[in-house]
Amino acid sequence: MSTLSFPENNSRRKTLNQKIAFACCFALSLCVVLVLASILLFIIIKGIRVINWDFITQAPADGMTGGGIFPAIIGTLCLMAGSAIVSFPVGIMSGIYMNEYATNGKLVRFIRMMTNNLSGIPSIVFGLFGMAIFVNYLDFGDSIIAGSLTLGLLSLPVIIRTTEEALKDIPDSMREGSRALGATQLQTIWNVILPMAVPRVITGLILSMGRVSGETAPILFTCAAYFLPQLPSSIFDQCMALPYHLYVLATSGTDLEKQQPIAYGTALVLIIIVLIINLAANGIRKYFANKVKTN
Amino acid sequence: MEIIKAQHVNFYYGSFHALKDISMEIEEKSVVAFIGPSGCGKSTFLRLFNRMNDLIPKTRLEGQILINGQDIYGKNIQVDQLRKEVGMVFQRPNPFPKSIYENVAYGLKVNGIKNQDVIEERVVESLKGAALWDEVKDKLKKSAYALSGGQQQRLCIARAMAVSPQILLMDEPASALDPISTAKIEELIRELKKQVTIVIVTHNMQQASRVSDKTAFFYMGEMVEYGRTKDIFTNPEKEATQNYITGRFG
Repeated sequence: MSTLSFPENNSRRKTLNQKIAFACCFALSLCVVLVLASILLFIIIKGIRVINWDFITQAPADGMTGGGIFPAIIGTLCLMAGSAIVSFPVGIMSGIYMNEYATNGKLVRFIRMMTNNLSGIPSIVFGLFGMAIFVNYLDFGDSIIAGSLTLGLLSLPVIIRTTEEALKDIPDSMREGSRALGATQLQTIWNVILPMAVPRVITGLILSMGRVSGETAPILFTCAAYFLPQLPSSIFDQCMALPYHLYVLATSGTDLEKQQPIAYGTALVLIIIVLIINLAANGIRKYFANKVKTN
Repeated sequence: MEIIKAQHVNFYYGSFHALKDISMEIEEKSVVAFIGPSGCGKSTFLRLFNRMNDLIPKTRLEGQILINGQDIYGKNIQVDQLRKEVGMVFQRPNPFPKSIYENVAYGLKVNGIKNQDVIEERVVESLKGAALWDEVKDKLKKSAYALSGGQQQRLCIARAMAVSPQILLMDEPASALDPISTAKIEELIRELKKQVTIVIVTHNMQQASRVSDKTAFFYMGEMVEYGRTKDIFTNPEKEATQNYITGRFG
């Protein structure tokens, strides 16, 4: 009878390897967190001083060396809402089509390749395209609608892909179970598949909104105003936007020195907006995740 | 009276000839078991009765399948309506991530029943019919995922029975369950056959002999033998059947 033996050398080396691997992973993740935290901290420290009630409710004044950034906040919110109206339905429905309806594998692969390429196009190119099509050809002029459409296009690939991936992860047994009860494909998608996919689809929407709120290049030629103290009165008006305002404050204007703190304040406001959207979306996501589980 | 009638059915997945010239009749309110080794085509054949194979691309059917005398692959057949009449229970329990109540109510809702009282009545009735009511009556609003595997499968049976089908297809309904849950499902089958015609695919020959009135043995895409269960298991006509039921291959 042979006895089982556990060679100690071997196991000690394994344990050591394990520890080294763990330490490496931990250290590198820590690096990421540190970088992120330092950027945030830097912006907060530099920006928090200028933020007060007037800063977020007043228009810029004194050649942009004073006043607030209210029009830019409103502008950015308008652009986000506008692009969401364009990209959410189109993106989600495309994702649904590609995963649930399309039976032609070649066509789907082609569309997927195109959306992937679309996500690789530099945003300035979107800006140029938006200017050519929406501003000039469709004659919207520099306007919120032109900027929203351009930003909407830009965020489509992310939404399509996350929707598609979310749907792909739902097991076919759910579809079969529903269809076997006499549900149509649409009923199946609407009542079973989509509710299960909602938490992940929302993640895609948040990502796209984060990107939209921060993009400067696409609105450069299509929407953003250098300085426009009054609020837009229709979607055919230009508006100010936070990222572009930040760019202006940091690079041009009357007095860069005086503008700098305002620029940091603007950056902080932008980050806070994205943070609020993330938190809100997280709430929605949790709500739906719970609903799917228990209801 | 036969409720299902298959005539010279050939079925192809792309170029693979999965079912070869199968003809059979299934009588109303009887239990028919399909047995045979993996890949013999028994599940494929079962899924033709509610046109579930339609969901798989590049498949082709030759021959006819009649249910109540009507060609279910005919031009004016509404597939969704057909599936309401021909319910199905799958190998792995697949309740929806909804409450127990909602799972059973789902089929009624998608079939256009809006009256909440009617729905509630049918839900209770179906859960009782599936011998699940006593276990879940206090937690109808709880997630179906909180149930055990065997309970989930009975929930799926209740879900299928809620829309009052004429035929219930069961694709290895107990293969993922423990012996006690399996026994409950089998008992349920004997109970349900008073209301519906049941076609069950199974790997478990004892199960086939316990629950079915007639048994069909499939091998390599062909239906080798079809007859009264007692005859198939005690005195099969074909040698292949004899070999399979005595465990010489499969």
